[in-house]
Amino acid sequence: MALVEIRDVHKTFGKTEVLKGVSLDVEEGEIVTIIGRSGSGKSTLLRCINALESVDTGEIHVEGARVHAKMPDLKKFRQRVGIVFQAFNLFPHLKVERNITLAPLLTGRIDKAKARALAEDVLTRVGLADKIDAWPEQLSGGQQQRVAIARCLAMAPHLMLFDEVTSALDPELVGEVLKVMEAMAKQGMTMILVTHEMGFARNVANRIVFMHQGRVWEQGPPAKLFANPETPELASFIASAK
Amino acid sequence: MRSFSLIDFISLVEALRWTVALVVLALVFGAPLALGLAMGRISRFAGLRWTMAGLIQTIQSVPLLGLLFFFYFGMPVFLGIQVPAIIAVTVAYTLYTAAFLGEIWRGGLEAVKQAQWEAGACLGLSAWQQFRHIIAPQALRLSLPPTVGFLVQLIKGTSLASILGFVELARAGQVVSAATFQPLLTYALVAAIYFALCLPLTLWSRSLEARLDGSR
Repeated sequence: MALVEIRDVHKTFGKTEVLKGVSLDVEEGEIVTIIGRSGSGKSTLLRCINALESVDTGEIHVEGARVHAKMPDLKKFRQRVGIVFQAFNLFPHLKVERNITLAPLLTGRIDKAKARALAEDVLTRVGLADKIDAWPEQLSGGQQQRVAIARCLAMAPHLMLFDEVTSALDPELVGEVLKVMEAMAKQGMTMILVTHEMGFARNVANRIVFMHQGRVWEQGPPAKLFANPETPELASFIASAK
Repeated sequence: MRSFSLIDFISLVEALRWTVALVVLALVFGAPLALGLAMGRISRFAGLRWTMAGLIQTIQSVPLLGLLFFFYFGMPVFLGIQVPAIIAVTVAYTLYTAAFLGEIWRGGLEAVKQAQWEAGACLGLSAWQQFRHIIAPQALRLSLPPTVGFLVQLIKGTSLASILGFVELARAGQVVSAATFQPLLTYALVAAIYFALCLPLTLWSRSLEARLDGSR
């Protein structure tokens, strides 16, 4: 059984049908990159996996449990599925340490005595151990995004979702964030990313999913997909992304 | 007739007790209500939002004097309930405080980005935990300066209680002025005392505004 199973998902906002029957499986330990033009439904799909949006028809299962906004253990579910956003969304009124430890403490994952050590541990993994006492606004965009990733890691998620996490960053800061994600991939984290970073998609992902007009248009291993796109839509997308 | 003496000054300062008492009563009962109104105004449930908005709109549209009259003179006439002046005044100032503070705090809550709620939800926090630990602290910081501003309004607004017989600062001024025939001096003193009460708050509010700067 796949870790994530998406079956014929439809989603409409107002009059716009954003997802028109998406099906997709993600195995444990897999790194799947979703690419496509803006408006193709990539981010919406990602948000549906975390029940931030509810699907109209179709089903999403994560670790065997059906995902929807009213699922009985939604809070527990969200602790197992981390999501990182384009806009970081750190809590500006809390220092880095508290940003990281707030949720683990409130959800009873750890007790107070272990909080600082946990923050140190996850910050080390994103290379920011020295920023534990900083305020978010004192950090660069790339550092803030790495703290956001560390905040997710502190919940020890089984699956990580990344929604265009480098799109809001200055070009010279993109690399440091990608490096952290690459390290996570090597450690076996299951990851689903929406990204415009074709180099990262090519080098790190096991599989590329090309979405177009609310559908999975084409998918496969990066080498094959980038070298021999089967559809003209993907071919033109790759050409334009270069 | 007698000349203005230390006794008169003391009676003015003593009357401050009621001014302060009215402010404290208004805040003790009004602030929790304000929080409820503010939370109702940002609720998911449209019916609750509209009810709270209607309440706030109604109270804000009535002059404070009207509220005082309604609960002191109006209640016996309309409902046949004779309420002690202190109750009538407390209810009037409580509602006044709740409506204005509620609207100020609602603005503060809405000024915190929606994504902050979402970030909390994605970490597995309950709606209450998101509110309590993520949204409310940020909203409080944003709302502090206007909250202090309202406090100054409230302090000055307590002078209206004098018409229901409360010998607070303004009323004490009338009494002293009548006894000494020195209205100019007396009211100048009354004004100075109000000023001394409000100025530190205004300054404090201004320094908060500069320090918090909306971000943290």
